[in-house]
Amino acid sequence: MNQRRLDRLTDVAIDVFMWAFRAIIILVVVVGSALTLLGGKYTVDDWFELVGRGISLGSIYALIALGYTMVYGILRMINFAHGEIFMGGAFGGYFAATALASAGALSDVISGLIAIGIMIMVAMAVSVGLAMGVERVAYRPLRNAPPLVPLISAIGASLFLQYTARGFFGSGIYAYPTVPFLQATAPIPLLNLRWVDVLVIVTAFTMMGGLYLFVMRSRVGTAIRAVSEDKGTSALMGIDANRAIVLTFIIGAALAGAAGVLYGLTFRQVFFGMGIYLGIKAFTAAVLGGIGNVPGALLGGLFLGLIEAIGPTLFLSGFGVPSVTQLAPVVAFTMLVLVLVFRPSGILGERVTRSRV
Amino acid sequence: MSAAAQPIDQAAPALAGWPLRRLLRLGVIGGAIAVYLCLVGIVPVFAQRALIVHVVSIGQAALLMTYGVFGYLAGRPMAEGSRPRAAAAGVFVGAMTGAFLTGLALVGSVVDLRAVFLNASPELYDLLTDGLGTSGAWVPIATGAVAGGLGGVLVGLPVGARNPLLVGIGSLILFSLFGGLLRTPMLVTPLAGLARFLFGSDGLTVAGAIIVFVSSVAIALIDRRVKPRQRVNAMPATRRRALVAPLVILLLVVVLLFPLAMGDFFAQVIATIALFILLGLGLNITLGLAGLLDLGFVAFYAVGAYTVALLTSNSVLGLAHLGFWEAVPFAIIFAMLFALFLGLPILRIRGDYLAIATLGFGEIIRLLAGSDLLKGILGGPQGIVNIPKPIPVGPNHWLAGPVQIYYIALAFAAVVAFVSWRLRASRLGRSWMAIREDEDVAEGMGINLVQTKLLAYMLGGGFAGLAGAISVGLVGSVFPTSIQLQLSINVVAIVIVGGMGSIPGVILGAVVLVGLPEMFREFTDYRLLFYGVALMAVMIYRPEGLLPSRVARRELHTADELLDMDDADLLAPEELASPHGEEGSSA
Repeated sequence: MNQRRLDRLTDVAIDVFMWAFRAIIILVVVVGSALTLLGGKYTVDDWFELVGRGISLGSIYALIALGYTMVYGILRMINFAHGEIFMGGAFGGYFAATALASAGALSDVISGLIAIGIMIMVAMAVSVGLAMGVERVAYRPLRNAPPLVPLISAIGASLFLQYTARGFFGSGIYAYPTVPFLQATAPIPLLNLRWVDVLVIVTAFTMMGGLYLFVMRSRVGTAIRAVSEDKGTSALMGIDANRAIVLTFIIGAALAGAAGVLYGLTFRQVFFGMGIYLGIKAFTAAVLGGIGNVPGALLGGLFLGLIEAIGPTLFLSGFGVPSVTQLAPVVAFTMLVLVLVFRPSGILGERVTRSRV
Repeated sequence: MSAAAQPIDQAAPALAGWPLRRLLRLGVIGGAIAVYLCLVGIVPVFAQRALIVHVVSIGQAALLMTYGVFGYLAGRPMAEGSRPRAAAAGVFVGAMTGAFLTGLALVGSVVDLRAVFLNASPELYDLLTDGLGTSGAWVPIATGAVAGGLGGVLVGLPVGARNPLLVGIGSLILFSLFGGLLRTPMLVTPLAGLARFLFGSDGLTVAGAIIVFVSSVAIALIDRRVKPRQRVNAMPATRRRALVAPLVILLLVVVLLFPLAMGDFFAQVIATIALFILLGLGLNITLGLAGLLDLGFVAFYAVGAYTVALLTSNSVLGLAHLGFWEAVPFAIIFAMLFALFLGLPILRIRGDYLAIATLGFGEIIRLLAGSDLLKGILGGPQGIVNIPKPIPVGPNHWLAGPVQIYYIALAFAAVVAFVSWRLRASRLGRSWMAIREDEDVAEGMGINLVQTKLLAYMLGGGFAGLAGAISVGLVGSVFPTSIQLQLSINVVAIVIVGGMGSIPGVILGAVVLVGLPEMFREFTDYRLLFYGVALMAVMIYRPEGLLPSRVARRELHTADELLDMDDADLLAPEELASPHGEEGSSA
């Protein structure tokens, strides 16, 4: 009897707490936005600039998020090392870029675009190699283990890749060579985008569209979806699950590698520890869109990019919080916790069964 | 090439039926590992530190070990049938491994690899070719052939000879790495001459190496004859206790007197280990017993640290100017409240999402602590300084410096170990383990999931807060940079590698994973690399950890694997060392 009363008390306490939690968040968002907008410190142009930045950043998140979402869809595991696979791609792209820059390939538009294509190819190759290695060494032996086991192994793989990069390249920050024509402002009304942002958005959307068609239409894509749905039955239908899984890793890694180059071109900085936080944010994007859901990753990525770009200024500067951009990661991580707590199935709903976790 | 090709040619008539593909594969993997060790910097950095003075550096030893291990692996399946073939296979794979390094040195002498790999320096090539340049290209191949061949010979030896030799090699490495632990106290006693005879300023002297090797082989041989462990196990319980008790007391005395004999550097190292034992025991409740993977454990550590800092600091940020000991209970209480606050929303999330959510919380705390927003309260990047020592004594007092933290941390670790040991056997502890095994079944058995998980989370958080408080006492200041994701991962690694749910496991994990990198400053850069490898290796080969608890062992193996295991293992894992029989007891 006593225990039951205690149980009911905890339930009530948690409900109250959760509602208070929601109320505070909504209050901060609403009141903060109102105060900021009424304060009139920012012009419409400022907001559009933030939106542009958010879309550009969000496209990169979306590209990385696809890797998380597809691997989660097929293996029900968080590929914690995916951020490092992105980092590997960024480094691969960097070395290709410096070589191409010293050959003078980045100065004019045509050869520059070709050079960027080559950089993306190199980055993809590096990322795919890393992902295949990680899958083979750290994940495949644990395929039937309880869920925490592959996650911990993935954390190990993430550390290994990070500090291998540190051992190879040192802890310094590498600056991508400048691509002059990408720095100019693009003639797009309101958004105030640079050409590099346009390049990022166009590349990301093209790749994601291609991926969507590939997954939905091609035979191999169908095989991947079948294995995600039910490994046992798809094996009975003659689908090689191992091949589908490796292919999923390859696709995810290729997109992450491309994202690495795009990130490098936009922010112009790569270093060994860059993968982990971007990876976590991209994972947030994947969950936000609904994990296992390919269009969801795009939506989640864009949403997170926008929140991170606009959120600190919109929600916090109205309260007189100093240096709000410092808090952009806080907004992203808060978003992460909120999604996981309140809507773990994401905006579009997840396409995975909960059986394993 | 010619030097290495010779033994292979001799083996050519016997080539029929050779597992050539397997050997080539081993050679490629070995070569890749050797090149990796060079490029990642382990070989060149540790070339500065001697394993045996003037003979071999740790960096070279790492390469020699690679050759030897791959030679050993190459010879293993053949050792039953024909020993010469096993040795030849070792020579072949060792030489092939070395050939990769030759390749590295030759390529490096033509192309400047430094543009990509920082460590691909001329010094590295000199190290590989023994300073001979391109004309010394045969050096890695020859060394590889010799070391690999030794591995192949070793694997072919009968167990009675092989295991003592392996023990000898193992203790040679251990003594040369950790010789300082013996050398430092010996120098202040009449044994100083002996210390100088055996140990160099780092590593062993040649004479010391021979003595260590011969005596450890001898001890291992005697051990095989006498089988002391089996005899002790066969004794009646009362006699066994009478025999073990003095050993325990001796160990206790050594542990207590350790920092006084070793000086400040080692006291600092052990104080850090003790702090991590404390953190590990805290996470052991959340992760080890209740199965909640918390990647933001550092948040509670931070709460404890900042609480003590704010309450005791003599700087402008100090709030209450309490003494250290008055602040500690507050640190624990606040950390627990904070855990309650975090735990309420997130504990209903499923397992792997929980890990990421806690990681997010940890990051939020770190970013907030360093932000301008809370600068007026927490000091921003400048942190909080001027925190008094727990035991205020003069600079020349024997309790000054890290020594007092060592004792404090050790005392608390003992208390916490006792508490978690008692908790594990309690109703609550069994509920935790039930949840870890299967939430749905546990709930069906009448366990309130949220309450039980919250308690685990809060207790773990409280221990972390305590550790944070003590660490502030050790350092005397706290900065946002001391709240790192690395710290959380460090503690997770300790619990996982040591063995989830196992108290001795946590202690061993802390000693190995924290003590080792602390003792070798060069190792600092490779610490997390090492953790990554350790986490993967433990998950793949030994998911129950190095010193597992009984239940975790059962849980983390699938049903099929359990069928393959010895029943003896499952029933009595505490006596794991002996039931493996001949091989296990002497290794």
